[in-house]
Amino acid sequence: MYNRRLAGALVAALAFCGLVSPASAEALDTILGAGTIKIAVPQDFPPFGTVGPDLQPRGYDIDVARLIGDKLGVKVEIVPVTSANRIPYLQTNRVDLVISSLGRNAEREKVIDFSEAYAPFFNGVFGPADAAVNGPDDLAGKTVGVTRGAVEDLELTKIAPASATIRRYEDNNGTISAFLSGQVELVATGNVVAAAILERNPPKRPESKFLIKNSPCYVGLNKNEPKLLARVNAILAEAKSSGALNAIAKKWLGADLPKDL
Amino acid sequence: MPGGMAMAYVFEFTWILQYAPVLLKGIAVTIALTAVGAGAGLALATLCAWIRTQGPRWLRVPVVAYVELIRNTPFLIQLFFIFFGLPSAGLRLGEMQAAMLAMVVNLGAYGAEIIRAGIEATPRGQVEAGLSLAMSRLQVFRHVVLGPAMRRIWPALSSQVVIVMLGSSVVSQIAAEDLTFAANFIQSRNFRSFEVYFVVILLYLALAVILRQALRLAGERLFSRGRAQ
Repeated sequence: MYNRRLAGALVAALAFCGLVSPASAEALDTILGAGTIKIAVPQDFPPFGTVGPDLQPRGYDIDVARLIGDKLGVKVEIVPVTSANRIPYLQTNRVDLVISSLGRNAEREKVIDFSEAYAPFFNGVFGPADAAVNGPDDLAGKTVGVTRGAVEDLELTKIAPASATIRRYEDNNGTISAFLSGQVELVATGNVVAAAILERNPPKRPESKFLIKNSPCYVGLNKNEPKLLARVNAILAEAKSSGALNAIAKKWLGADLPKDL
Repeated sequence: MPGGMAMAYVFEFTWILQYAPVLLKGIAVTIALTAVGAGAGLALATLCAWIRTQGPRWLRVPVVAYVELIRNTPFLIQLFFIFFGLPSAGLRLGEMQAAMLAMVVNLGAYGAEIIRAGIEATPRGQVEAGLSLAMSRLQVFRHVVLGPAMRRIWPALSSQVVIVMLGSSVVSQIAAEDLTFAANFIQSRNFRSFEVYFVVILLYLALAVILRQALRLAGERLFSRGRAQ
């Protein structure tokens, strides 16, 4: 986090000095003219981006990158980045888009633009389909597993009724194991962790019951690129209505896209 | 450098009041776990020691296997197996039951070896003397062998109980809310690692000192030399 901020600040400072000049032509025209779009993706953050057994990047973000490339009718050049350097890569025009499980906050909005959300990323309470839980009050009398000290632990401790039992495990693996072995009926965790549970094909599948904290992922792009932003948003909107994005969510997160995404 | 003091960490202990209920609950859970672990564990240890030295032969092999299995594997893994593993075999124990079972089983194995050492140090002549007074083998074990044996090994056995009490700190890994859980819980809220763990170290130290004294008194009462049968 600190490094990312530092890198962002550094690049911002460089930009102020005029050392990094923003692209003069519209990025969309440059991309279409070159026939190639360069997209930054993660390679160390499953299921959004990892390196497959064939040494090729794979994951939710890579599929979205390919979808956008297809719709633009250009070749996609995948550029693996880390969470620390993904925004600097964009600001120095090494990439045209960042599709790298990027969350939106006021600090980042000062230096880059964001598309509409393309992937769900949230903390919530998950449980089997037959568990009638729609909000914190429904946790009364139930046992919920959570990773101690995580954001969802702190939030759940505030909102859960007194009769709910919160079991706090040392790490995500403990929380996952407690759910899989039936030691807890529900878990409060990130949707990515829930997806990791789903991957093991448990007899009781953890389904999203209610949200604790929502921080979906957005495509990042340079400021003052209205044509590119509009195209990316149009492609995402179409992918949402056609079900193409939902298919990607099912494939990598094991769950349908939330309706409000 | 004298100037270094300006950056010094400011210690802060007011959280103790705010989190007193959490700490007290943690202490209560650690005491409860230790009481059950020590009580049932020592009973199991005595039974296993008897079987290994004088019990029926067909039971000795399983007892040896149990003792060696427990003494040669980590406590944490035993705990995980009971809590996370056994549900797959149809036995689901809550975190408290799982923690108690793990502690009983652990002390049972270590204690069995300590008590066996005491039993084997009993001179053969004393056993024969008992038998010649028409006592049964079990009576000889109870009245002639076990008392002096326990008196001999009581300090070692007490240490083992204290070790099990301190070892119970890992039960927070299965979300049992013992004193270590309380420490981690508070630390993950206020990030005052130094103060929280310092206070909890003192609490464990106090518990261990009290436990040792209690065991010493219990030993004097239970196995004193002049005690009438």
